[in-house]
Amino acid sequence: MNGAALADFVRRAAEVVTADADRLTRLDAAIGDGDHGLNLSRGFAAAVEALPEGAPPGKVLIAAGRAIVSKTGGASGPLYGTALRQAGKTMGDAEEVDAALLGAALRSALEAVQELGQAAEGDKTMVDALIPAVGAYQAALGRSESLAQCARAAAEGAEEGAEATVPMRARKGRASYLGERSTGHLDPGAASTVLVLHALAAVAAGEGS
Amino acid sequence: MRKLINAPADVVVDALRGLAAAHPSLRVDLENRIVVRGDAPRAGKVGLVSGGGSGHEPLHGGFVGYGMLDAAAPGEVFTSPVPDQILAATTAVSSGAGVLHIVKNYTGDVLNFRMAAELAEDEDIGVASVLVNDDVAVEDSTYTAGRRGTGATLFVEKIAGALAEEGGALDEVAAVAREVNERSRSFGVALSPCTVPAAGEPTFELGDDEIELGIGIHGEPGRERAKAATAIEIVDAALSAIDADMPLSGAEVLVLVNGMGGTPLIEQYVAYSAAADWLADHGAIVARTLVGPYVTSLEMAGCMVSVCRLTPELTRLWDAPVETPGLRWGR
Repeated sequence: MNGAALADFVRRAAEVVTADADRLTRLDAAIGDGDHGLNLSRGFAAAVEALPEGAPPGKVLIAAGRAIVSKTGGASGPLYGTALRQAGKTMGDAEEVDAALLGAALRSALEAVQELGQAAEGDKTMVDALIPAVGAYQAALGRSESLAQCARAAAEGAEEGAEATVPMRARKGRASYLGERSTGHLDPGAASTVLVLHALAAVAAGEGS
Repeated sequence: MRKLINAPADVVVDALRGLAAAHPSLRVDLENRIVVRGDAPRAGKVGLVSGGGSGHEPLHGGFVGYGMLDAAAPGEVFTSPVPDQILAATTAVSSGAGVLHIVKNYTGDVLNFRMAAELAEDEDIGVASVLVNDDVAVEDSTYTAGRRGTGATLFVEKIAGALAEEGGALDEVAAVAREVNERSRSFGVALSPCTVPAAGEPTFELGDDEIELGIGIHGEPGRERAKAATAIEIVDAALSAIDADMPLSGAEVLVLVNGMGGTPLIEQYVAYSAAADWLADHGAIVARTLVGPYVTSLEMAGCMVSVCRLTPELTRLWDAPVETPGLRWGR
């Protein structure tokens, strides 16, 4: 994927997050404060505005991440923004991102989110979607699958991981205040992570690689 | 949804415009979305900055002024402010004596204030941070986000603000802020949910005969749901939870009975009457009292009880003059 493809990914993510904003907000109202969809659509809209022309992949993601940190607010702003910035830093100055580099970027995004949010697997957060996504991506990469197939595996892994948050009891974020009452609900951050990774898979598939 | 607004997306900025028009002593920067004391930065004075989601008014913008905050960074409704905003507030009040960030313990606030503090350090502004986490309804463990910052935020801002006004150094102001937080506990009860303007629907549903115990200040549901009860029973639940965590017997206390936004003052005084009786029955000495809507959750009905175990020094700082839109005495 080149810089233009990564910019397409950011635009696509903004579209799907905005299209599903009401669902994300409803999920958040159940165990949080009901603003996840609103905040994330505002943040990704700002990321689209900030996309640089003709920049390499790393610079595209760093600019998008910075805009998300600056415009989103809440916990999701720093977390998503840091994830994109870290992924961009991992891509460095590469003009073209191959399957191995995208995998490394995804892994570094996960590590940055965990470092910042201090969430572990099973805490009922976006990390529970990201960990299986990275795992599935690496497994596909190990089978020498294409970048598009790896990205698709990551999206599917995230989806399974997000579903698994339903019975979890939240230990991080606002949902943790509910204690036992946080069980039985899909985590909104995990749900939005699925959307964003599906956007990545869709753009990667469009590349036909 | 019937609200006295122009458009859901404009609520925060329209309210800031109103605050600026009503209180010319404040500098309201609509571009950066910050509220700053008109005379900031004051030479040699530690700057106090707080912020958080909007919807808790008068917290925080209404507490900017003499003897309290130097600046506030209001985010969208119930959404923490962004780092750029907090940095702008920090820069605006920095006189070289350092800046104290007063942060309510919510993941979003903590992360955005942390990023802002790092940016401020890059500009050679010394920043200390104090976390407010007074809400006993949340179980405090290393495996959760920890207790929420609620009513005691007002105590921290008032008392630390008084010491900063007297010329206290950054480490002293931070220390007294931490001391107030450690000596304070809160517990809230909702009689109705509230509606975030941009969402348009209540954040949770309550039956006609139900109340929500252990709520926070963002319309999030509480720890448990109970049958509707009298003011005496509700206040008993709140003060019993506080007392179980921080024994009140024999203590001299500052008590806040805080309306959540939709409960009339007459009912807040009904609740305060119950609180005064409860405290007397349990051997606590009420030294100072505040009743009213100070840390609100939009139009949520209900109340929060906050208690601070005073020391002579904390009492002195509480009594010191303050002049802000939301709190003023002695000047």
